[in-house]
Amino acid sequence: MNAQVPAGGPARSTYDVIVIGAGPAGMAAATTAARAGLSTLVLDENTVPGGQVYRAATTSPLAGGTVLGADFAKGAALAGGLATSGAEVIQGATVWSLDRDLVVGVSRGGASRLLKAGRVILATGALERPFPIPGWTLPGVMSVGAAQTVLKASGLVPSGTIALAGQGPLLWLLAAQILRAGGTIRAILDTTPKANYLAALPYAAGFLASPYAFKGLALIREVRAKVRVIRGVNRLEACGTGALSSVRFEARGVTQTLALDGLFLHQGVVPHVNLAMAAGVEHRWDEVQHCFHPVLGAGGTTSVEGLLIAGDGAGIAGAEAAVERGRLAALVAVKALQPEASGLPVLAEVEAALARATRGRAFLDRLFEPQREYRIPTGDETIVCRCEEVTAGQIRQSIAVGATGPNQLKAYRRCGMGPCQGRLCGLTVTELMAEERGKTPEEIGYYRLRAPVKPVSLAEIASIPPDDAAVGAVVRG
Amino acid sequence: MFRRIGDPAAATVTIEIEGTLVKARPGDSVTAALLASGLDFCRHTPVSGTPRGPYCMMGVCFDCLVTIDGVGNRQGCLVPVAEGMKITLQKGKREIGQ
Amino acid sequence: MSDTADAIIIGGGIHGCSTALHLALRGLRPVLIEKDYAGRHASGVNAGGVRQLARHMAEIPLSARSMDLWERISDLVDDDCGFECHGQVLVAEDAAELEAMRERVAELTLHGFTHEELIDGAELRRLVPAVAETCPGGVVSRRDGAADPARTTQAFRRKAEALGARVFEGLKVEHVVREGRDFVVRAGEKTFRAPILVNAAGAWSGRIAAMLGEAVPVEAIAPMLMITSRVPAFIKPVVILRGRKLSFKQFPNGTVMIGGGYLGRVYPEENATVLDWRKLQQNARTVWDLFPIMREATIIRAWAGIESRMPDDIPVLGKSARHEGLYHQFGFSAHGFQLGPGTGAMMAELIVTGQTNTPIDGLGISRFLS
Repeated sequence: MNAQVPAGGPARSTYDVIVIGAGPAGMAAATTAARAGLSTLVLDENTVPGGQVYRAATTSPLAGGTVLGADFAKGAALAGGLATSGAEVIQGATVWSLDRDLVVGVSRGGASRLLKAGRVILATGALERPFPIPGWTLPGVMSVGAAQTVLKASGLVPSGTIALAGQGPLLWLLAAQILRAGGTIRAILDTTPKANYLAALPYAAGFLASPYAFKGLALIREVRAKVRVIRGVNRLEACGTGALSSVRFEARGVTQTLALDGLFLHQGVVPHVNLAMAAGVEHRWDEVQHCFHPVLGAGGTTSVEGLLIAGDGAGIAGAEAAVERGRLAALVAVKALQPEASGLPVLAEVEAALARATRGRAFLDRLFEPQREYRIPTGDETIVCRCEEVTAGQIRQSIAVGATGPNQLKAYRRCGMGPCQGRLCGLTVTELMAEERGKTPEEIGYYRLRAPVKPVSLAEIASIPPDDAAVGAVVRG
Repeated sequence: MFRRIGDPAAATVTIEIEGTLVKARPGDSVTAALLASGLDFCRHTPVSGTPRGPYCMMGVCFDCLVTIDGVGNRQGCLVPVAEGMKITLQKGKREIGQ
Repeated sequence: MSDTADAIIIGGGIHGCSTALHLALRGLRPVLIEKDYAGRHASGVNAGGVRQLARHMAEIPLSARSMDLWERISDLVDDDCGFECHGQVLVAEDAAELEAMRERVAELTLHGFTHEELIDGAELRRLVPAVAETCPGGVVSRRDGAADPARTTQAFRRKAEALGARVFEGLKVEHVVREGRDFVVRAGEKTFRAPILVNAAGAWSGRIAAMLGEAVPVEAIAPMLMITSRVPAFIKPVVILRGRKLSFKQFPNGTVMIGGGYLGRVYPEENATVLDWRKLQQNARTVWDLFPIMREATIIRAWAGIESRMPDDIPVLGKSARHEGLYHQFGFSAHGFQLGPGTGAMMAELIVTGQTNTPIDGLGISRFLS
């Protein structure tokens, strides 16, 4: 066997609490659990803690500067708390399995282990909603989140002629950051439908009282002063042969084309559900956010005993809410495993902080509700499943000959069977099938997800150490 | 499609992309280094052979798959650069056992 | 108001769908009731092996009848079901295993069966070039192959419907009683009535049998499978082992399926299974040993389908021991996919004519009834 457990792997094979993900929720949860005296392990896929929102919080070449904004510094504070909490933190660790017995399969440095936990706190965060338009697979088309990631972690700024298309807070934040970093943006193609403003209006009061209102509006003003913003964009299409060369769209009934080197797409974020679903956690369709979210009890408990979910993976609510939800989940674990622990955050205070942090969400959800044409491709040529290159038309054909749900589509077309395991097509497939079959997305359901939730080499599976505690008796605290 | 800002002297790691030596910053992912290099960053899909570039940069889209030091199908956006690392792009269907 | 049919089939797996099709071919108007959707469980997610090789003696005549149907599957269901015939090879890992195989082939010959053929190391490596050098030979069944299980089950279901069978999905059978000559089946909001009832409910068939007074030890099992990312074509036949558990096959699209009957944990009432990576580790280890070319391959998915197993690992087939008009077709013990087409034909023959030319001795339910 070539796979050896690399240095810096988990020190033990069982833990009181295993936290998966080191974004704001995971950092806060692990810090709280470890300070209460629980043996706590954090497994995170990135090279440093921070998650997506605070990516490279401690190592960014732009940290401390003006480009990323003041909120970014909060990530370093959370990472600092985690570092001194006593939790064992393992970066570069990909969790590929989690089951109802709280056995965690994790890969790091080419070797895999099976670990056992008394409680698991999933803090796997969010991913960007798929944006299936014609040409979205062309090199040169990336997500807004991708551009922000390389900006934070590596100080890379998009160059050449670029445009941002879509909607949502992250899009405006990236635009501002690019401008502050000295970049230029040819245009912002805003896809927010007019109707959303009306739909959001009844919730405006809550938003105006929220921490996002002032910052958000200032950001938009900052960007609009320097960039041409085209509103009401329909029929968005990335064009090019072998690579992006232009973007085509319709605004106010007029079709326009812009020559581009880079196009960055974004229409909000959705919970990253793969690991939770693979563990058997019950999920429901969210009619407002157009995605599946886990069914949760107090503090983030799920239908799987001992498995808790915190942060945006529990439903999109943003970084500040994620911190509080992480603390709440940790408090549930502490109460069960170490009830005599002292010096913990006060439950009522955490709950109040969560309430403050989620104020204004209803407004944002409605204002940035993604347009139907960008959730369900209208044309048949648009690729839905990027991995297996399955188009909307092929999915419609499969439905016509008898595929009734996403899982049958796998058998008909290999749709969702590639390495991304439906992360870039699952929601599109659910909504597309619901539309075609006259059902609700809840009735159509989602892909049945299974471990490994990320590909893992045969050599690693073949070399799982035989003495890992995951074997044999299942013990719950 | 990207340019670097910040201190150019911070790029202290040398990696090899398709035989070309490239400077990268410690903390760069392999894919970030590829994007910053100005070199071709596309792979070919195993299904139809069309070119693809990185899309999500957070480990979920699998469009940044590269071969790193002889090990194929690695998510370049999740692997930090290391001195002397050799990266090859996956053109065409990937061979196993290499 | 009950819905009257010529026959009621419980279970929309390959077996229920095949029996529905063959009853329809014989002019009956059956109803098929499936609690989830056709092919949801073992029939849709098995390894797809179409195998006569290494079968229990009692199953061989049925397997042979099935093979004849597989070879003209397009004529039967208007779909090739992804069936490809590249043979199946049982690999001997050492001389002792090869010797046991020699005895088995000799015994088959005595019974008049010639589909299994002993091969030496040279022929083994001609058929399976990537196999480890240490393997001294094996057995090949050259007419065998593999098909796409979900597509096959759907094709049978579709053709059955085209010929007049009615399929009700998402209906769970709650109650079955005998009323006079008829069976009355209550499922969801619906009630069905027919003089013939076929129990093809797979892992859930024990419950149906028990409702009619024939409780037998059916166990729900969850055989696990893994599949790799696409790799260049390097193997045509399906490979199985005798000692260690392995079934190994490459699809035309390059992906490789790894199975062999390692069991996960199963929660049949929740339609749920939990994979056991400790056992999959052994499975992967076997592939590692046998196919060095696979050592850098990537596992991209693993799963388990819910299947029924009998204590003696062979199915329960044929007439009920207690009720006229009741037939059983379950307990295929993780090797029923290949048998699907032929078993449906045999069952329809048995139901319509009262007898069958295909020997099914030793497979009756009475072997479990005291």
